[in-house]
Amino acid sequence: MTTLVYLIPVALFLGALGLFGFLWALRSGQYEDLDGAAERILIDRDDGAQNVPRSK
Amino acid sequence: MALDLDNVTSVLPSSQEIKLASRSLGGGLRQTDLSVPMVHCGACIQSIETAIGKLDHVDAARVNLSTKRVSIRWRGEEVPPFVATLGRLGYQAHLFDPEVEEKDKTLSELIRAVAVAGFAAGNIMLLSVSVWSGAEGATRDLFHWVSALIAIPALAFAGGIYFRSAWNALRHGRMNMDVPIAVGVSLAYAMSLYETINHGDHAYFDASVSLLFFLLIGRTLDHVMRERARTAVNGLSRLAARGAMMLRGDGACDYLPVGEIEPGMHMLIAAGERIPVDGTIIHGTSDLDCSLVSGESTPKNVAPGEAVQAGVLNLTGPLTIEATAAAKDSFLAEMVRLMEAAEGGRARYRRIADRVSALYAPVVHLTALVTFIGWILASGDWHRAITIAIAVLIITCPCALGLAVPIVQVVAARRLFENGVMVKDGSAMERLATIDTAVFDKTGTLTLGQPRLVNASSINPTMLAMAAEMAAHSRHPFSKAIAGFAGYAGQPILDAVSEHPGFGIEATAEGDTWRLGRRGWAGWKARTGGEGKFGGVGGTVLSKNGTIVATFAFEDALRADARTAIAQLRDAKVRVEMLSGDTAIACGKVAATLDVDRFVPCLLPSGKVEEIEALARAGHKVLMVGDGLNDTPALGAAHVSFAPATAADIGRNAADFVFLRESLSAVPLALDVSRQAGRLIRQNIAIAVVYNTIAVPIAILGHVTPLIAAIAMSASSLLVIGNALRLQGSMPSVPARPVPGDRRSAGIKKLAHTS
Repeated sequence: MTTLVYLIPVALFLGALGLFGFLWALRSGQYEDLDGAAERILIDRDDGAQNVPRSK
Repeated sequence: MALDLDNVTSVLPSSQEIKLASRSLGGGLRQTDLSVPMVHCGACIQSIETAIGKLDHVDAARVNLSTKRVSIRWRGEEVPPFVATLGRLGYQAHLFDPEVEEKDKTLSELIRAVAVAGFAAGNIMLLSVSVWSGAEGATRDLFHWVSALIAIPALAFAGGIYFRSAWNALRHGRMNMDVPIAVGVSLAYAMSLYETINHGDHAYFDASVSLLFFLLIGRTLDHVMRERARTAVNGLSRLAARGAMMLRGDGACDYLPVGEIEPGMHMLIAAGERIPVDGTIIHGTSDLDCSLVSGESTPKNVAPGEAVQAGVLNLTGPLTIEATAAAKDSFLAEMVRLMEAAEGGRARYRRIADRVSALYAPVVHLTALVTFIGWILASGDWHRAITIAIAVLIITCPCALGLAVPIVQVVAARRLFENGVMVKDGSAMERLATIDTAVFDKTGTLTLGQPRLVNASSINPTMLAMAAEMAAHSRHPFSKAIAGFAGYAGQPILDAVSEHPGFGIEATAEGDTWRLGRRGWAGWKARTGGEGKFGGVGGTVLSKNGTIVATFAFEDALRADARTAIAQLRDAKVRVEMLSGDTAIACGKVAATLDVDRFVPCLLPSGKVEEIEALARAGHKVLMVGDGLNDTPALGAAHVSFAPATAADIGRNAADFVFLRESLSAVPLALDVSRQAGRLIRQNIAIAVVYNTIAVPIAILGHVTPLIAAIAMSASSLLVIGNALRLQGSMPSVPARPVPGDRRSAGIKKLAHTS
């Protein structure tokens, strides 16, 4: 019983972490172009980290 | 061969048009979104982004490969030449109507709701498993309390979608599937909370939340499918003019959006542009392609003084036109009004799910009430009677029923999508499954609305090659048909080529004057000057120094597989009719070749609507397939409608289905898929009913525990989903020809490879 007192919050916290991670990814537009994301990994950017906009 | 869009020559958007369509982001920054259907790989992304990023005044460009669009941010007054840049890279780009923001919000709300419901369902299920495995006393109470806390945000956030929809339906005196869901879920939660407070052993938190989770998945998939079809249709190039170059009194030119053009203004229409509003020609001669407007397949020759309708395409020469009506009073707006007035069968149609729930919800709620009264009379125990009555509601909560329809439709829509057919919504498939009459438009639907040379074999190859060489300089449909025969290398080299709008093409080669065009103009030495006999057999000739050396005969080319498609429709017990604005002779020929049951020629747009309404009054369920502006009201009036990708913009938006490939076999395919889907939907509903007839007696007798409820509900949902997936495998693969490459984008890619 005493172990449950901290195990349950820990389990819920980890679950919530995953949930918020997903919601954040959704909000930042990472699901807007799934096909493009798969291809972009193959593109070399010679100009370093370029600031590219995401359409809103 | 890919879909030929040549007949609807799309014009590159002018810089004024791009500026008009761009959005201001503040601080002088503007954003333009272009549809680039040919983007298909990582290399495309890179070359486009690099090339456009290098242009002056361009801040950034980003390609979205999923929607095949590129969004460009730029600043300044002048529009950077990105369309030309894309053209040089080999990508055709066009503007599209800006998205309606509402739709995207719905999708992200649904996905968020699925995430929250999934999180809650997973955690509550874990706690419930411990309870089922024998947790007792204080531990069980603790688990119940934690479950209750997790369920609250899930119900409020994810359940909100259902509560709102149920409330909306009830307020309008209707019944939908969301009503029993909302009632079941909220009562289950309330009872479980009461049990938890009183240290009871049965709580249904897991049932209520996992029910929401399952149903939300179905609803989200359904939405994603429709969204995808909508995006694909929206990305097609726009055919209506967005504006026109206006000629002011002092000779200066202004680019005005269509909405600001007023009667009396003068506009300049270059060759290859569409006429934005009704008007009268005051200067210039040209040929007009009216196929999209009136259904006439032969280009019309026009001279000053003649009236022109909005939507026709100017083919050969520049025209100055005086507007006679504002956009809101022109032909196009008239079509929209007719369509809105005709909106009939569709609005009256009630979806299968709604019809089922109108029966289902009262039965279930009555059963729960009867159970409650029965237990009170039998045992006199209020608490027990309420618990059992609510258990009946939970077990009958239409989990399987809520999934039965959308899951089948998602699978069916996906099948159609892979074959280049876009479905606007699920109800369209339900309606298509019921049709018994199919009505086709002729020009542009059964035919390609594009002439084909029929006597090529009887023409001297040298003359044909000469004509093809000359024809390559014109955008007249007849020229395009002749230009396809280029390639024979024996002809003399052309020196000067000039196009005479309304007459033909003149060229000089090795001292001889060659003319390709109307008989009376080209063969000026010939006695048989058949002036006015334009089009038809013998209308177009090739002449050398005024003597006719070759005669060309044209015929409107039939769409690929038109004959097979109509035969398939007749096999499926569908009567096939043809309504056309074209002449009786042209219609009769096509009707005979295609074996159409009945045809009516020379119809005005309102005439088509009347024909369809007459059929509907006779008790027929009518499918309308059409592409022109003149078909749009009929598309609206029919029970269900189909349009090819080459259709006019409003036609595409009005139609329930849009097919992206050239082949007309899309129609029988969609009919077949819809009928199969209809069968599976009925099977799924039957499965759900069988499940209920087994589960309800158990619940009424008071033997339901949360464990039984969870197993029964998941099992019935999985059964329904499994049954729906049979649609994926049970059908013969692509009917006409296999599609190479990426299945999902193949249709759009094909479409793009052509124009």
